[in-house]
Amino acid sequence: MRVENQILRELENESIEIFREAAVSFRKPVMMYSIGKDSSVLLHLARKAFYPSPVPFPLLHIDTTWKFKEMIEFRDRIVAQTNSQLIVYTNQEGVAAGVNPFTLKLKAALDLHGFDAAIGGSRRDEEKSRAKERIFSVRDPGHRWNPREQRPELWRTYNTRLLPEQTMRVFPISDWTETDIWRYIYQENIEVNPLYFSKERPMVQRGDQLIMVDDERFPLINNETPVMKRVRFRTLGCYPLTAAVESNAMTLEEVVEEVLHVKLSERATRLIDGDKEDSMEKKKTEGYF
Amino acid sequence: MTTSVIRLLTCGSVDDGKSTLIGRLLVETDSVPHDTIGAARKVRRTGSTIPAGEIDFSLLTDGLEAEREQGITIDVAYRSMSLLNGKRLIIADAPGHEQYTRNMVVAASRADIALVLIDATKGVRTQTLRHLTICSLMGVNRIIISINKLDAMDYSQKVFDEISQAITAATDRLRLSDVHIVPISALAGDNVVFPSQNMPWYVGPTLQDSIQSWVAPKDVEIDGLMRIQMIARAENFRGVAGTVQAGSFSAGDEIVIYPSNQKAKIAKIVTFTGDVEKALEDDAITFVLEPEVDATRGDLVAKNPADLIPSDRFAAHVVWLNEDPLIHSRSYLMVSGPTTSPAIITKIKHKVDVNSGEHISSDALKMNEIGLVEIATDIPMVMQPYSQSREFGNFILIDRLTLKTVGAGMIQHSLRRASNVVLQDYEVTKSVRSAQKNQKSRTVWLTGLSGSGKSTIANALEKRLLTQGAHAYVLDGDNLRLGINMDLGFTPEDRAENVRRTSEVAKLMVDAGLIVITALISPFEVDRQRAKSIFQDGEFLEVFVDTPVEICRTRDPKGLYKKSAAGQIPNFTGVGQDYERPTHPDLILDGTKPVNENVDLIMKELL
Repeated sequence: MRVENQILRELENESIEIFREAAVSFRKPVMMYSIGKDSSVLLHLARKAFYPSPVPFPLLHIDTTWKFKEMIEFRDRIVAQTNSQLIVYTNQEGVAAGVNPFTLKLKAALDLHGFDAAIGGSRRDEEKSRAKERIFSVRDPGHRWNPREQRPELWRTYNTRLLPEQTMRVFPISDWTETDIWRYIYQENIEVNPLYFSKERPMVQRGDQLIMVDDERFPLINNETPVMKRVRFRTLGCYPLTAAVESNAMTLEEVVEEVLHVKLSERATRLIDGDKEDSMEKKKTEGYF
Repeated sequence: MTTSVIRLLTCGSVDDGKSTLIGRLLVETDSVPHDTIGAARKVRRTGSTIPAGEIDFSLLTDGLEAEREQGITIDVAYRSMSLLNGKRLIIADAPGHEQYTRNMVVAASRADIALVLIDATKGVRTQTLRHLTICSLMGVNRIIISINKLDAMDYSQKVFDEISQAITAATDRLRLSDVHIVPISALAGDNVVFPSQNMPWYVGPTLQDSIQSWVAPKDVEIDGLMRIQMIARAENFRGVAGTVQAGSFSAGDEIVIYPSNQKAKIAKIVTFTGDVEKALEDDAITFVLEPEVDATRGDLVAKNPADLIPSDRFAAHVVWLNEDPLIHSRSYLMVSGPTTSPAIITKIKHKVDVNSGEHISSDALKMNEIGLVEIATDIPMVMQPYSQSREFGNFILIDRLTLKTVGAGMIQHSLRRASNVVLQDYEVTKSVRSAQKNQKSRTVWLTGLSGSGKSTIANALEKRLLTQGAHAYVLDGDNLRLGINMDLGFTPEDRAENVRRTSEVAKLMVDAGLIVITALISPFEVDRQRAKSIFQDGEFLEVFVDTPVEICRTRDPKGLYKKSAAGQIPNFTGVGQDYERPTHPDLILDGTKPVNENVDLIMKELL
């Protein structure tokens, strides 16, 4: 077996073990489903972990209503194909207020359904504060992440116990890198969102960032005129705030090839993280996933 | 056993240049995104002397906000990179600051290799010894000692040799067998990824070479062992799911389930992509068993039942991770993989000084302290020495109130095989009490007819033992009937109860460390066998005092034969009831011989 495939096999085995641990340890777990490539891998791993049983927890999608159209179509198709149970939480407050898609009331969604554990696709290579994240990460009442109160995590012996009001975040693909994700998608032939592949799309340039104009809600500034460009997305977020990259990679193979050569950290295309070096950690202590 | 993903632990303090070294390793293997490198050329720490435009390598590895303000790393950070041979390296960055031993233990728990940094301008310091002690304890396989900042010492071979000698003394003492020592400069880039031009006297591997050349050592042979993580259920399907912890399994293999000891066959090895013939170590799989035996999470599937030796008492090293100290005799939850049992630390044998490896006597363990303890579990567990298997030798301790992970343990060995005996106080054991009295405690069980001479021999034996400094006590049948057994008569049932109570009392006295001599007729074989069965092997000496009934009758010290003859004692042994001669006594005494000769014979058996 080639060393790349061997690495994927080892990562896969560990992720499956974590999924199973989560399934038996919690009263009511849920898996975060964000439609992105990491979610696609997560769902694939979950199906593998419990086969031939169905995945024993629902998927939760926090819909800010500012998602690309292609994302929602894709989501509904995959859910139907995999026979998954999907819960869509729409942030009514945010919608009512008109804009600001980041008031993600993830906490409210978890509380509403009484989930005691949320399985997510965060990876340690995404961002510095995530590099210190545990695989089983306890949240205080109110979902606050207290870095100093995190339990030491040794070997593969996990402490999954929760006090009343505490909840858990579980990260089965912590040790995967962006390259691993793409290689695995390629190896396992996992269907991912079309936005990851290059296509002519209406774009506006803002500073270093290319932003896609997805519908009439997009706030054009001054004399901006959308221009058609061959672009693809490296991450999928809320649409006015996720930038694209110019690319000709139209197939999975070409995307993998491109990822192996591009040396730009993937979160750099998300505007939300760019404001301050430590912004991710700040958001996490406030309860961001 | 993982082979393509290597886990590396880095230890050293801020001042040793650790962040700079990891940063350089990442940059020189092209493992850092270019925009991140760009930031490291611009952003500067307060007081930084690195010129603008050059990379501050240390900025590439630190994480949390508070830590960056302090300029030190205070939690374990994980970072992935690719080695030039294609293997994956996961770096666990553990802080070197003294109060954070617990973080280093966390990072070391899964590490294959430890990178130990020494500042050449300072030499081997206490913290280096602490790092090595912890690496040894946590079973880190390869140690790479990087002697850094040699650029500040004119790349001196003499400095390198002196430090190497000092460090080798320490690694030898700790029995670390796979040790590499590499002279480097993280700042100038010598021998990190590229060989140094400044140290022609060194021809050994670079730091990256020493990491890349590592291959997983073969574990001590265990033949197919898996802890069941969950039961997989679907329509018309029932399987056991888990990760193969050791060895391998093939479809068709005969297996045993612990603790139920049910036998079954692996009918199928099920995966998402179809059934497979073989499951290797570290594979997360699902077995279908034939027949579908009853099993639950935490149970074991074993190919070789000899690997299943449960125990409920272990000697283990424990690292204490909690602000509140370890409380002796408090019940914690002991968790190892999917297996959980309430457990009590029954004894702290000593603390280990992490700086010197020395043993210090102590009856408490505080945060960041390491001790050798004895631990008793409520449920027998199948564990193995940590030195043989990290998977089956590790455990964590969870506080039952706060649910925090308060301790981490490494099994040294089990202290006994499990039985259903209720746990006693293990603080002072029978052997300790016996040793204090300088003797082996046991019971000398004298049996024979009334008047055969049992009491006389017991009395003489006790006096003999006393004069030799031994601690003995006689349980005389007649005397016991005046107290503990005063409610009992002489029917076979009452005689059985008489023997049972006496044997239990004798057992307690043996546990207290005494040599017990019983003098009871105890006429029935079955009762004597039962008495013997409650003692451990070698603790019960059945001595038959064989005296012809005619002689007993003429002796008749208590006038009982006369009363019996007069019909006043209906169940008198040898007259109204039979005396069953012992079938396999340990010793037969001729009751007509002088008492001293018989005592000699017993003494010979006791020595």
